[in-house]
Amino acid sequence: MTNHWVDIKNADLVMIMGGNAAEAHVCGFKWVTHAKEERGAKLIVVDPRFNRSASVADYYAPIRSGTDIAFLGGVINYLLSNDKYHDEYVRNYTDASFLVREDFDFKDGLYSGYDADKRRYDRSSWNYQIGEDGYARVDPTLQDPRCVFQLMKQHYSRYTPEVVSRITGTPEDRYRRICEMIGETGTAGKTMTILYALGWTQHSVGSQNIRTMAMIQLLLGNMGRAGGGINALRGHSNVQGITDMCLLTTNLPGYMTLAHESEQDYAAYMKKRTLLPLRPGQISYWRNYPKFHVSLMKSWFGDAATPANDFCYHWVPKYDKAYDVLHMFERMYQGEMNGFIAQGFNPVAAVPNKRKVVAGLSKLKFLVTIDPLETETAAFWENHGELNDVNPSEIQTTVFRLPAACFAEEEGSYTNSGRVLQWHWKGADAVGEGKSDSDIVAGIFVKLRDLYAREGGAFPDPVVNLAWDYLHPEEPSPEELAKEFNGRALTDLADPKDPTRVLVKAGAQVKNFTQLRDDGTTACGNWLYSGSWNQDGNNMAKRDPSDPSKLGQTLDWGFAWPVNRRILYNRASSDTAGKAWDEKRDVIHWNGSKWTGSDIPDYKGDAAPSDGIGPFIMNPEGVARLFAVGRMAEGPFPEHYEPFESPLPYNPMHPDNPLVKSNPAARVFKGDMEMFGTAEEFPYVGTTYRLAEHYHFWTKNVELNAVVQPEQFVEIGEELAAEKGIRAGDQVKVRSMRGHIKAVAVVTKRIKALDVEGRKVHTVGIPLHWGYVGLAKKGYITNTLTPFVGDANVNTPEFKAFLVNIEKA
Amino acid sequence: MALDIIRRSATTTPTPQARDSVELAKLIDTTRCIGCKACQVACMEWNDIRDDVGSVDGTYNNPTDLTSSSWTVMRFFEKEDPNDRFNFEWLIRKDGCMHCADPGCLKACPSPGAIVQYSNGIVDFNQENCIGCGYCVTGCPFNVPRISKSDSKAYKCTLCSDRVAVGLEPACVKTCPTGAIMFGTKEQMTAQAETRVTELQGRGHAQAGAYDPAGVGGTHVMYVLKDASQPQLMGLPDDPQISPTVSLWKGVAKPVAMAGMALAAIGGLFHYVMKGPNEVSKEVEAEVEKELEAEK
Repeated sequence: MTNHWVDIKNADLVMIMGGNAAEAHVCGFKWVTHAKEERGAKLIVVDPRFNRSASVADYYAPIRSGTDIAFLGGVINYLLSNDKYHDEYVRNYTDASFLVREDFDFKDGLYSGYDADKRRYDRSSWNYQIGEDGYARVDPTLQDPRCVFQLMKQHYSRYTPEVVSRITGTPEDRYRRICEMIGETGTAGKTMTILYALGWTQHSVGSQNIRTMAMIQLLLGNMGRAGGGINALRGHSNVQGITDMCLLTTNLPGYMTLAHESEQDYAAYMKKRTLLPLRPGQISYWRNYPKFHVSLMKSWFGDAATPANDFCYHWVPKYDKAYDVLHMFERMYQGEMNGFIAQGFNPVAAVPNKRKVVAGLSKLKFLVTIDPLETETAAFWENHGELNDVNPSEIQTTVFRLPAACFAEEEGSYTNSGRVLQWHWKGADAVGEGKSDSDIVAGIFVKLRDLYAREGGAFPDPVVNLAWDYLHPEEPSPEELAKEFNGRALTDLADPKDPTRVLVKAGAQVKNFTQLRDDGTTACGNWLYSGSWNQDGNNMAKRDPSDPSKLGQTLDWGFAWPVNRRILYNRASSDTAGKAWDEKRDVIHWNGSKWTGSDIPDYKGDAAPSDGIGPFIMNPEGVARLFAVGRMAEGPFPEHYEPFESPLPYNPMHPDNPLVKSNPAARVFKGDMEMFGTAEEFPYVGTTYRLAEHYHFWTKNVELNAVVQPEQFVEIGEELAAEKGIRAGDQVKVRSMRGHIKAVAVVTKRIKALDVEGRKVHTVGIPLHWGYVGLAKKGYITNTLTPFVGDANVNTPEFKAFLVNIEKA
Repeated sequence: MALDIIRRSATTTPTPQARDSVELAKLIDTTRCIGCKACQVACMEWNDIRDDVGSVDGTYNNPTDLTSSSWTVMRFFEKEDPNDRFNFEWLIRKDGCMHCADPGCLKACPSPGAIVQYSNGIVDFNQENCIGCGYCVTGCPFNVPRISKSDSKAYKCTLCSDRVAVGLEPACVKTCPTGAIMFGTKEQMTAQAETRVTELQGRGHAQAGAYDPAGVGGTHVMYVLKDASQPQLMGLPDDPQISPTVSLWKGVAKPVAMAGMALAAIGGLFHYVMKGPNEVSKEVEAEVEKELEAEK
């Protein structure tokens, strides 16, 4: 979330699309209730199903799964053609005025630079025009045909209400009404928040779904403001934490980036990431990259990291390609992996195409599961009849099950969706031989290190030299780890303004990342978390709910990254003169000498508005990007592409170009393209999702959850049910190209057939919580059905839109 | 807070009158409810009851009905606008005991002290006095009490009388994530309902209203409904009354029925010996009803 949970209450309009907050984020949804009752906010829900969120919404519209960009692209068109955008904000806080290179082009659904064989773009033309002064060229009048504003306007002019309705199946009147409601928030006095989750990410265009909405929020002037923002509702209590720590295989902690194998030159690696301002006077905060990176290397390798050896840069692996979950299981399936450690992960249930996943696991020499409970993955080799029809005698994989402590059996911090780190204390000891994950991993590490130390090996240096200064090497304490993430001074740090003064003594915790250095005198495990455990102590453990602003900022409750800022980009909550757009919802404003308000400025605290520093300090432009330059795999402006399994034989935006039916930059492994089904055989749109009563694949182990939602079911509309002769309560079989499941049919008015390109498109809703382990009734793994393809940028699998058929079992 | 028993089933001794007490109420705002069933889980946890892991009957209702171990269940209703197929509603209601001011169950109960009403308005079952006759089931205009298959006694929501007695809110109120379930004095809850209704009417729900039916003397569990003109859309009776059978039982027919009851008890015993406890109540009920019919 760029904002935070409590801030939802400050919105005038809450939009839930690509998520189902009432169902999947039941507790956080309370803030929607507050917004409705305290501010008179309206709630809009757009979803293929009339879901639990819709049941309390003011307005609902259905949408065909996988067509969000068409819907939102249409909203952009509406805002631009009806002057419903926030003009002052767009002119000053976005790159609307920036001129784009002449060789940038968009034709037949493809941007300039496409290589069809590699399914990849050369993105060099997707950039600004750079003037002789080294800065990006701009046209403040927004009239130049090459400026971002004009290019964007032209791009989305194709998304007319008729086109949107034809693609999405959303009735045109409902779509128009929603455009109007959204458009009303494009003023200084109103804000809209968007709550989304996996309903946007789990598509082959997932990242672009979110970007389209980010563009809308920028056009409305809703970023950086109370009650605004782009708010990802994260699925696990600490999944924001793992993302910050380094979720993607091409990242490092704190969203630094791992070097590509072509980057063997340390200086060049640093220079490329030390981003210099693209406009005069801008902050371009990533210019501090070397401070964060060197401090990370010092944290990892301690004294072994020296300027002479480029701070051990050459010890860190360089990537050749992303090793995301799909790639891992592809390699496993190809027999290219020997072992796999599944830590808090149940891939048999959670990864698409279960048959491929189980086949992959069957080729391993060993599998380690680290989990408090038995999982389908740990039991992948057991025969459970139709639910898991394998022959154990043919599987040679050795499975080690390491019992882990449950969340309540260990101490540590959680980072919630709103980036707030909250310390928690253990409520009970782990059962039996259960150990915390850090103890398990540390134990494995110490053994491996001893083996390397004793026996050498091809490249023991990074392992034997890894800094491991914990009091008990096999049991690093959560406190030690947390302090490591915050960072500390390795020598006395002198004040740059007055070298005679010592800012931080050697060995002391740094205050926050502004004290980190690039000369090896500081160590920090994650610069974003710096400030969470500093000389003031454990700030994550703060529990003061005081909220003088009444906006829910509660600056003394936990610690929000970065440096306790609750709303990101909050300089944009004020106009160019530094006056709050809405004084009743003042986040920060300029008081004549400094920035002050209900939040910590995400900005230079003493920079006067007249200095002209943009609010988006992480970008070298100083402003937000409506044009994503070269950062997105499939193009700088999101374009509608069909899901890989679509009920349509073509992309309605480009009916004559089969290359762009689906995301032209998404990776498809050899053999998987053939495993995509066609609408002739599988005419219905399948979509998987979660229910309020269960948590992923865990709570089927809990009696109470099993009682309130005991058995696997699928949901279909009354019309489809009548066509197929299916009645509520019947057993049905749902098939995709990759396999089948059986479940009870729930027949409902809440899922309607949609009119798409003159065809009738039905949706089959498939809740995912069941499996062959647990207390609830045994069920099928729903990911038996889903396709093995992901988003082009981060490879999140396309769980939300695929093709199925259904019949009475 | 004073807590006296103000009514006791099949009892003629006067109840305490000396102390004043405040009437309490639970308010369920169905327009805030998202049907998450956290209240069902909290109820099972606090009251130490565990229903069976059942099956799906083609709806989201689960467990599919109130049982002796499910004292509250969510009921889901779908309503479609005949003029606009995309304009529909998924109405969700937390079902359970309404704690009527004039409780049909208590009036129908032939067993002394099996059902009591406290001065705070809570209607509570004392299972140790329950004979499992099932009259409370017949007597309830909301179809709430259920007879346990394991001990043949009647069970239902206690409004967490044990928690309330020590100044805590009921478990469902405590757990409700959206604040759809509220608890306070009847007066406060009535006022709160009015506030909610005003807000809803302002949002375009002209028919919004509170459900606190006069036919049972008002209830200590009230609802806020989006359309109070049609409570039956959410499975609530329009104008609940204590069934004529029970009124008759409490009136002229009582002495006769008492005699019938004695007969029925013998019949019940016979039945128990022959068939086991599960159907005692139906058997008894049928016989008594026959008697009552004959009286008419």
